[in-house]
Amino acid sequence: MKPRSIAIVGAAETTELGKIPNASQIQLHADAALNAMADCGLGPKDIDGIACAAEWPTDLAHYLGITPTWVDGTMVGGCSFMIHLRHAAAAINEGLCTTVLITHGESGRSWIGSKAMGNNQASLGGQFEIPFGCLGPPTMFTIPVLRYMKDRGLTHEQLANVAVVQREWAGMNPRASFRDPITVQDVFDSKMIAYPFHILECCLVTDGGGALILTTAERAKDFPTKPVYVLGTGESVETPMISQMEDFTSSRAFKVSGAKAFNEAGICHGDVDHLMIYDAFAHLPIYGLEDLGFVKPGEAGDYIWERNTAPGGELPMNTNGGGLSYMHSGMYGMYALQESVRQMRGVAPAQIDGAKISVCHGVGGMFGASGTIVMTNEK
Amino acid sequence: MAVNPKTLPKPTPETQHFWDGAKAEQLLLQQCDACQHIYFPPRPFCPECASRKVSVIKASGKAVLYSYVINHRVPKWADGPYSIAVVQLEEGPRMMTNIVDVEQTPEALVLDMPVEVVFDAVSEDITLPKFRPAGGAS
Repeated sequence: MKPRSIAIVGAAETTELGKIPNASQIQLHADAALNAMADCGLGPKDIDGIACAAEWPTDLAHYLGITPTWVDGTMVGGCSFMIHLRHAAAAINEGLCTTVLITHGESGRSWIGSKAMGNNQASLGGQFEIPFGCLGPPTMFTIPVLRYMKDRGLTHEQLANVAVVQREWAGMNPRASFRDPITVQDVFDSKMIAYPFHILECCLVTDGGGALILTTAERAKDFPTKPVYVLGTGESVETPMISQMEDFTSSRAFKVSGAKAFNEAGICHGDVDHLMIYDAFAHLPIYGLEDLGFVKPGEAGDYIWERNTAPGGELPMNTNGGGLSYMHSGMYGMYALQESVRQMRGVAPAQIDGAKISVCHGVGGMFGASGTIVMTNEK
Repeated sequence: MAVNPKTLPKPTPETQHFWDGAKAEQLLLQQCDACQHIYFPPRPFCPECASRKVSVIKASGKAVLYSYVINHRVPKWADGPYSIAVVQLEEGPRMMTNIVDVEQTPEALVLDMPVEVVFDAVSEDITLPKFRPAGGAS
């Protein structure tokens, strides 16, 4: 896409985050959508493009009273929203629609009106992975890490430290689920989930949602909100089977998606003021920092340990507290995007002074998919 | 460990040979007749060159422990924490499995240790290929 041709003019999360026992999943989509429309002064009749995951766009268009000329139901896990954003930017530029609403809502904790993701016993994963006692992401997404630790020299302390640093950011965010400081020893003392991962190295399970509204950069100046321009975008997929990843120390989807977004944006790593890397588990920021090219393979553990991504560091990362401490409804990508928008608007709880470029990198389906968005507040 | 009866594999026409092989205590892979690429999981064409001319081959059953986790959230059907592992077969492909006949601890499960296939008949139709330290139980 052409850099700065599209702007995010509306952005909001659900009114509440955490435990929301009084709303079904589609209502979480709608609550976030209504908040995002109110944010930029639009109504459902002004929206002509709609994208969402977990719910069908059909259900949401009907529920909200939208008549779209463009729909996208891409569902590749937690980075679906980065990919929706990329597709929406292309669609608006192509003239397929003018104003796109992207929604996420997930009753990940309360399970109200959400569909269980059943195991397809005839799929390749259902035949060749699940029968060995896999019980969801904590026992699958984590499998490559011991290989990474041996090949790259990452220590258990460095892995635990990812959660420690992110808790520092969460402490600055009133909406974060967990805000009390923790130490590496606290992580080691927490319940073992799937060795080498303790519970504090695994994401939260919450209810919530978020929504974004995009239009042309040209129209963006007519809105009450500070426009956040889309500078570059990337997407890719690799494999739904963690056992079949090409390289256990690196994600091919991360590399392809990240390089595409950086090239499109025409930026180098030193230009980046703020970074979000989807952290369903503590190893993901480590893989992300390396696969996006911020540091060389094997350096990310030290880089985080030396406080480069912590408050006051040269590359502030996961400044909302991340999936480990802020919230994680199951598909966290939308909340990472929301934090990048807040940082670019200058309204984040832990605002990075003078930040002009934010990179937001998502993962989906346990290293299966990836989407990367580069945003800027400079026209 | 016991096996969760709700998550047994359901073979498809493309994978039936693998499960028939496992039942007969053979670990079967596929090899492309055109480019000789050896691959897993099963499909009736080569994922490297797309040739439909492929053959089923018998693997040696020798592998090394490539990576793993030890699941500590023990479900009802399991008798304690258990490893979920990926092994690298001598022929090249990697596959998910459990490492059995050994303590399920980080001290006993050492990356790159040699392992060998064993067959666990979990139902009348399904036998799962699992791996144990090479040379028998430790």
